[in-house]
Amino acid sequence: MSDNRIGRFGDYGGRYVPEALVAALEELDEQRSKAMHDPGFLGELAQLHRSYTGRPSIITEVPRFAEHCGGARVVLKREDLNHTGSHKINNVLGQALLTKRMGKRRVIAETGAGQHGVATATAAALLGLECVVYMGRVDTERQALNVARMRLLGAEVVPVDHGSRTLKDAVNEAFRDWVTHVDHTHYVLGTVTGPYPFPEMVRDFHRIIGVEARQQMLDEIGRLPDAVCACVGGGSNAMGIFHRFIDDPDVRLIGLEGGGEGVDSGRHASRFSGQATPGVLHGAFTYVLQDDDGQTIESHSVSAGLDYPSVGPEHAYLKDIGRAEYHPVTDDEAMEAFRLLAQTEGILPAIESSHALAGAMKVGRELGPDGLVLVNLSGRGDKDVDSAARWFGLLPDEEEQS
Amino acid sequence: MSGSRVSAVLADTKAQGRSALVGYLPVGFPTVEGSIRAMEVMVENGVDIVEIGLPYTDPLMDGPVIQTAATRALENGVRVADVFKAGEAVSAAGAAALVMTYWNPVLRYGADAFARQLSASGVSGLITPDLVPDEAQDWITASDAHDLDRVFLVAPSSTDERLVSTTAASRGFVYATSLMGVTGARASVGEAASVLVERVRRVTDVPVCVGLGVSTGEQVHEVGQFADGVIVGSALVRCLLDAPDLDSGLQALGALTRELAAGCRR
Repeated sequence: MSDNRIGRFGDYGGRYVPEALVAALEELDEQRSKAMHDPGFLGELAQLHRSYTGRPSIITEVPRFAEHCGGARVVLKREDLNHTGSHKINNVLGQALLTKRMGKRRVIAETGAGQHGVATATAAALLGLECVVYMGRVDTERQALNVARMRLLGAEVVPVDHGSRTLKDAVNEAFRDWVTHVDHTHYVLGTVTGPYPFPEMVRDFHRIIGVEARQQMLDEIGRLPDAVCACVGGGSNAMGIFHRFIDDPDVRLIGLEGGGEGVDSGRHASRFSGQATPGVLHGAFTYVLQDDDGQTIESHSVSAGLDYPSVGPEHAYLKDIGRAEYHPVTDDEAMEAFRLLAQTEGILPAIESSHALAGAMKVGRELGPDGLVLVNLSGRGDKDVDSAARWFGLLPDEEEQS
Repeated sequence: MSGSRVSAVLADTKAQGRSALVGYLPVGFPTVEGSIRAMEVMVENGVDIVEIGLPYTDPLMDGPVIQTAATRALENGVRVADVFKAGEAVSAAGAAALVMTYWNPVLRYGADAFARQLSASGVSGLITPDLVPDEAQDWITASDAHDLDRVFLVAPSSTDERLVSTTAASRGFVYATSLMGVTGARASVGEAASVLVERVRRVTDVPVCVGLGVSTGEQVHEVGQFADGVIVGSALVRCLLDAPDLDSGLQALGALTRELAAGCRR
């Protein structure tokens, strides 16, 4: 099926959308193409990253954590230190500037764990845009702190009660809003999936992670890593850090998916290790958890941010050509990595990022003491304190009960 | 121009000096048998073309009424193959049929195999709300091989260039969405529909049917003044959704269909 259709990564990608959205996607593609070659736009974005996001984010070597990784050296790329607490702000600031450039006054977004919603609400406040965030009802409950943050920032948060009431249903609702209000609204899609040009555009706004990290590894550690580990829900942080290393064949690119209760349990979000097959969801041809009738199967992960039945099409391509490898990490493994990083290094990671840390523990044991692993710490764990405290039985009422 | 049953119906209604009534119902709601009976009731009460919906887990062009019905159909165990049963029943009842489906179920089934089954069940073709011609090569090949209609959508936001390319790829009719939005009844159809139909007519002779937001006999009459066909969905689905049991739902469905059919014939 290799062809010259737009927005394809091998066979994957494309633009499977209602006709009503095509004009907006074409306008977006044209505007972002011009913007990415416009020194004025790039300068404004770079200035925001310096003075608002806090870029470049640092790298941190974590030797005490590395003792649990087969003795391999482990270095974290600290996207958790960005303003709003995750990598999401890189993409959102870019898209918010594009929204202004297109003369639109309203942004909408979907969010799972809430980090993308918080980033979008933040950028909207900064640039004076109206903001509506769709969030599955289940996720509003498990990420209540981020719901409050978005509302404090002036955004309207709309809980979605359809379907599984998680991220995929929030995406559906955002698309419906966009079809209806496309004349004055931009959909700030939060990950590297969706119809073209979103996968490419979102990746390009996140490439800065890998560009910085690669240089920092050379400058501060003295060599490139043997492996780069990143969690993969839709896959934006992973694509952001992977992309600059694609042409370094000795660097393994390892994506860690939400393995939930185990791939064999059927309760997981592992598109590459489970029963996912190529199909169309949310505008892109990619790997989808689906049944024999092409109906989407609900995913499961302890992390709301990884709980998504589809994945960015460029990841599907990297998987098929063998350039990146993808492995599931169970809820238990991720939470153990969360606990270890907190207690050995004083860093509370997001539960999403804890999947990448668990991956580093495995690959570190494979590599041994000579190994060097770079982990994208995509977000911080503030939003997950309640979930983690419950997981470990640390809340006062649970302590009394135990 | 294909020789499909849908094309024959549209030619016939045009000869009568009226628009065709296209009625949408999802297969499997409230049950597969109940939905087939409901489609027959629509035919008995004046629908010319039945749009058979294939329920899908992520119907991003649909509003709450159709999504609720589709979700319940899936919960009740509807399968893709049930759409072929419905197609046979609608054909036997004497109406033309099209299947309205999001693309992934067809892709999963296999475009050619799906087309073969459609053809065997007497269905004229597909309406594909999330498949634009740019991405439809597999479907264009399969529909050519099995002589099926390809109903693509155009929207008020479509550029003139896209109206040309989309209508050129369409067969049976072109589905003009009357407004920017998703399915669901609206208080008025608005001016965008007539403007869009006029723009379409400038570039093609393919018949144009108008959908989204149409729910009453008066609106059908209004749209029928400028369109070859009028598509009603959510208002018909609501008859079944709001009824306490299937029989009363079918009665309400019959009554609304008669009102809509009369709107076409005024």
